[in-house]
Amino acid sequence: MNDLETVIGLEVHAQLLTRSKMFCGCSTAFGAAPNSQTCPVCQGMPGALPVINRSAVEFGIRTALAVGCRVNEHHRFARKHYYYPDMPKNFQISQYEEPLAEHGVLDIEVGGSSRTIGIQRLHLEEDVGKLIHEGPLETAQSSTVDFNRAGVPLMEIVSRPDMRSPAEAAAYLRTLRTIVVYLGVCDGNMEEGSLRCDANVSLRPAGSPELGVKVEIKNMNSFRNVQHALEYEVKRQVRALAEGEKIVQETRLWDPERVRTVSMRSKEYAHDYRYFPEPDLPPLQVEARWVEAIRATLPELPAARRRRFAGGYGLSAYDADRLTQGRALADYFETTVREYDKPKIVANWVLNELLREMPADDDRAVAACPIPPRNLAGLLRLIDDGTISGKMAKDVFETMYRTGQDAPSIVAREGLTQVADAGELRRVVDQVLAAHPKVVEDWRGGKKAALGFLVGQVMKATLGRANPALVNQLLGEKLPKG
Amino acid sequence: MTQPKISLSQVEHVARLARLELSEADKERMRRELDGILSYIDTLRALQTDGVEPTSHAVPLTNVMREDEPRPSVPQTDMLANAPDPSGEFFRVPRIIEE
Amino acid sequence: MLTRLTIEDLAARFRRGEATPSQAAAAYLERIEALDGRVNAFLTVTRQAALGQAAEADARFTAGRPLSPLDGIPIALKDLLCTRGIRTTCGSRILETFVPPYDATVMARLRAAGAVLLGKLNMDEFAMGSSTEHSAFFPTRNPWDLDRVPGGSSGGSAAAAAADLAAATLGSDTGGSIRQPAAFCGTVGLKPTYGRVSRYGLIAFASSLDQIGPFAKTVADAALVLGVIAGADPRDSTSVDVPVPDYRAALEGGIAGLRVGIPAEYFIDGIDPEVEAAVKAAIEVLRGLGARPEAVSLPHTRYGLAAYYVIAPAEASSNLARYDGVKYGLRVPGGRDLIEMYGRTRAAGFGTEVKRRVMLGTYALSAGYYDAYYGKAQRVRTLVRRDFQEAFERVDVLAAPTTPGVAFTLGEKTDPLQMYLNDILTIPVNLAGLPGVSVPAGFTTSGLPIGLQLIGRAFDESTVLRAAHAYERATDWHLRKPTLEAPPR
Ligand SMILES: [Zn+2]
Repeated sequence: MNDLETVIGLEVHAQLLTRSKMFCGCSTAFGAAPNSQTCPVCQGMPGALPVINRSAVEFGIRTALAVGCRVNEHHRFARKHYYYPDMPKNFQISQYEEPLAEHGVLDIEVGGSSRTIGIQRLHLEEDVGKLIHEGPLETAQSSTVDFNRAGVPLMEIVSRPDMRSPAEAAAYLRTLRTIVVYLGVCDGNMEEGSLRCDANVSLRPAGSPELGVKVEIKNMNSFRNVQHALEYEVKRQVRALAEGEKIVQETRLWDPERVRTVSMRSKEYAHDYRYFPEPDLPPLQVEARWVEAIRATLPELPAARRRRFAGGYGLSAYDADRLTQGRALADYFETTVREYDKPKIVANWVLNELLREMPADDDRAVAACPIPPRNLAGLLRLIDDGTISGKMAKDVFETMYRTGQDAPSIVAREGLTQVADAGELRRVVDQVLAAHPKVVEDWRGGKKAALGFLVGQVMKATLGRANPALVNQLLGEKLPKG
Repeated sequence: MTQPKISLSQVEHVARLARLELSEADKERMRRELDGILSYIDTLRALQTDGVEPTSHAVPLTNVMREDEPRPSVPQTDMLANAPDPSGEFFRVPRIIEE
Repeated sequence: MLTRLTIEDLAARFRRGEATPSQAAAAYLERIEALDGRVNAFLTVTRQAALGQAAEADARFTAGRPLSPLDGIPIALKDLLCTRGIRTTCGSRILETFVPPYDATVMARLRAAGAVLLGKLNMDEFAMGSSTEHSAFFPTRNPWDLDRVPGGSSGGSAAAAAADLAAATLGSDTGGSIRQPAAFCGTVGLKPTYGRVSRYGLIAFASSLDQIGPFAKTVADAALVLGVIAGADPRDSTSVDVPVPDYRAALEGGIAGLRVGIPAEYFIDGIDPEVEAAVKAAIEVLRGLGARPEAVSLPHTRYGLAAYYVIAPAEASSNLARYDGVKYGLRVPGGRDLIEMYGRTRAAGFGTEVKRRVMLGTYALSAGYYDAYYGKAQRVRTLVRRDFQEAFERVDVLAAPTTPGVAFTLGEKTDPLQMYLNDILTIPVNLAGLPGVSVPAGFTTSGLPIGLQLIGRAFDESTVLRAAHAYERATDWHLRKPTLEAPPR
């Protein structure tokens, strides 16, 4: 058999961060009592009619511009029909032949090289409710429905089948997530379901222009699951083909517990969606002026920001990449740099200390960080003016994180001011040398490591408050020359 | 006898799509009636419509939207009041078997 | 007799203190009690609520502060308009127990105007039908001949208006469902322009065609009701923000010089000769009032019916998908699983005609057939619209029969296609979204009413109503009343 090439396309659903639902005024807030955030419209009651949420359309246009899509001048909603109890009307208001936007691209980086993934279309639709099964679906005797989520705006972004490995798919998803979060149109939370991803996976002989039989994979609710599910599915298909089996076009669910994909055994007739233009909603005419007004409000996107961080601040590509994984983190970095103009030092502190406490892409956590940029800058200035040592600063940082206080208060309260008085330090150095004649002997014998021990003893004697440069200088003066 | 417009198996397929359980007698009667109506609808074929834009809305409106302002929902008890099989704060449905 | 009075006269008596809304409500409720057992127009009579609302209206008149020209006026609604806390069945078993938690916009506007709701009126199930025989509950009778149908689907609304069981009623018109029963029952029935009246709370049959409108004893009364219910609604994206004129004031001024188009295609083969004669006589009346009748052509008329029987069922198959036994309405229990529950609930909940149209619509939208049916029908719809546009470049209104025949007997039409042909002269107006009215224009020798249909430009209800009003003033057909008080035959 020839070498096989993996072909993956992703369909990403992003819940939009509007305050009200797609077609009614019900709140989109998460976590309310079941069926307490519904109305005749989103519960599909007889006689109710939808009205388009302007913000949802604008969020769609924002995203379309950010991924280089052409915003269609004319687009409209259509009804997509299938029966399922979480869908109140048994049709979903979606977009079909005339979506909001088409033909975009997304650049991703995998293993140090860059690839461009095509985006086929971006459209808006309404979310469905939530089904709760009594136990696993296969054995549940009944299920219950909560319609709170029904009607929450969703944006669907469909890629072209341009990805060639599960790693590329994961990179695409990560990049797309960063963008929608940067744009403020989605909170990007996969575990809570505000960002969802389905994949189409197929194999074909390397170099073949034709696509193989594609299998749709659903239920991958974390980045880790996406990569694992796709890796599993590729292996499954490779094995099946090697054993002479035919791949069946089907939908498979990822089962993270059992670490495998499971067939849903769907019949073909279930997929006659009978789309037709939504008669209750007039079409949308997107004028250039509207698009340009939205374009003008676009924030700097992660890729551009990464380039600017590397070029403008002289950071390494790796650091620039990590600092731009979340909009809040990048903002944090830049705000700090505005107050303390040494970008490399700020980058080190953010990447090594701050990210010890929170993930780089967790905007909520970064925004709520107990050390605001101003306070980090204040801490760094205390190092510069010699008040505290770098090592002390790390302890102070931890206290700042725990208490939310600023560095000068902590340093003053805990008496952490660095000992930089040469007279006082000279006495300590003398005591240390006197107490460790053997080590002094070693040093004289050429054992350079002995110096480190002596510095450590001085620091210990001063409870870490000694100015390390001065300690080194004094030791150099006092130690007998070799 | 001309070719029927719709077959019994098509009737069964459409009934499945529409979630309508039809008895055997219903199916045949439905097939006959649909056949008659579809034959009548076929008079449209005589009409040349190439290049004619479809009309999906009687009145040509565009960009009808509302501002993103939350409004109070209808109380949960009112929304559950019509449920044929309520279960606490939920609507209950029988066992779901994927097709 | 208060129930004989027009809205204008009744309101005048309220203002002068010669009658009270409570007395009017009581009179109508008494008449419903006495006669509706024969007509069967009402599905629900809201006696207590009506008396309560009437008492509130009494107080407003006593204080000299009525809310509107409809304050204290007893009205009734077709049972597909959602009424908060009042059962709304849409004439169907599947919604037999449905009590909406909200008011349709028209109901809300009528409430705000002080109108008194007497109850909910019978109809063909989901507004699919032309005789009200397809009501899941019972057929409504034509007040002029109880063996005959009142037309449909708003048969209850037409019969109630004609039999003075309400001062005015509301119905809905998707393919003629206001105008055809108005013609059959000898009353005024107005279908406004699509978008003129909010559809919010109207249980949808075919969303791109449905429109709510009034039935009334006179054209002036219909104009008053329209004035209250018309106007853009933020809850209905297809309602149009065109200013609502004072329709009552627009009735005056006569029709001298009005150009009246007579579409040749509306005088079809098989038209009842008595209907044709009556309508031609009516056109002469218009001429006598100074109007200028002239022949026009609407060449695609004959395709309208076929296009309609694709578009309306397709939209209906979609709109009716929500009736599945989960959220409201009927559920047939005992199935093995969800799919069986769906199938059984919908089989038991929908009547034959509804199932037929759901099947037809589902088929027309299904894979492989969309272009041949739905796509084609939408293009034909464009041609039908263009016909009207071209005609209205030359004339101000069109005059034609409302129906090719008069009220038929119950059970007479068993073939669905024969039933559909009833709407052949009303459907094109829905496809084009235009306003149309049917006004009484005579009787057959056997005493059955005949309707004259007047059709206008989009949002030009004023001209349609002015022409209808002028005709009504020149004739006395609208003053004739069915004699229901006589013992049943
Ligand atoms: Zn809602």
